[in-house]
Amino acid sequence: MAIVFQFAIGLNFGLGLLLSGMSDPAKVLNFLDLAAIGSGNWDPSLGLVMAGAVAVTFAGFEFVLRQPRPLFGEKFHLPGKQELDLRIISGPIIFGVGWGLAGFCPGPALTALGFGSSAAFIFVAAMMAGMLLARWLANRPSLSRIATSVDQFET
Amino acid sequence: MMTTTTAFTPIASLAGGALIGLAAVMLMAFTGRIAGVSGIAVRLFPPYADSEFAGRLAFVGGLIAAPIVVLVATGRPPTQTIQAGTAMLVVAGFLVGFGSVWGNGCTSGHGVCGLSRLSVRSLVATMTFMAAGAATVFVARHLG
Repeated sequence: MAIVFQFAIGLNFGLGLLLSGMSDPAKVLNFLDLAAIGSGNWDPSLGLVMAGAVAVTFAGFEFVLRQPRPLFGEKFHLPGKQELDLRIISGPIIFGVGWGLAGFCPGPALTALGFGSSAAFIFVAAMMAGMLLARWLANRPSLSRIATSVDQFET
Repeated sequence: MMTTTTAFTPIASLAGGALIGLAAVMLMAFTGRIAGVSGIAVRLFPPYADSEFAGRLAFVGGLIAAPIVVLVATGRPPTQTIQAGTAMLVVAGFLVGFGSVWGNGCTSGHGVCGLSRLSVRSLVATMTFMAAGAATVFVARHLG
């Protein structure tokens, strides 16, 4: 039963990406192009995507997390880690550079597979390779001082 | 670099953002999980730490089905302009994948869910990838 809901929630997420314009790399890059503010070509739309998403999520989490447990689970899995480490800076720098190069982050890239373009398949294949390498590196015992195990993912 | 101008779409972007937020809230309410796409995607591959593979696959299936649903419902595919060439897609994809898992989250996990939970780590991550993305576009478009 839960699996049907998870498909519907993924679909709902994907429709949000499409409606908002977040799934269009050109729109993402035009948002990140702050130097275009002067020329009038800056597209601030994605700021509103974030605002709309955070407003609904903030309010919704306030209600949901007061419940004793999720509908189809035993407990809420919330990240407990709070300290800042090297990875919370270096990861987003690497991710941000890739995001700025092509205009895709993981959600829109996966949604783009549904367009059937070869560009999306190439990007997602490379993305999965990068993800698996990062997880493998993070789980190496020699890195345990600076790395947390995969089970402590925030996402 | 060739750039395609895009129109400011305040209503659609705000509404679309609200839909993304609704999905994040529902995933938490139903499964107790953060809607972080990078975490969901990497956990589709072994080794598995739990038995929620099918649910994650269903979520990703929903993401992929979205443009098809729009095409069937409206008769035309949603707008998408990809300017990057093959080599750039490979490099960018690898960096996005590596960085999002190395940093424990991407735009959805840190940017939407983390900020909504008032997480300082997610705030730092979000500001960092926004700045890195903006710096990259600046170099590519204005210094290249």
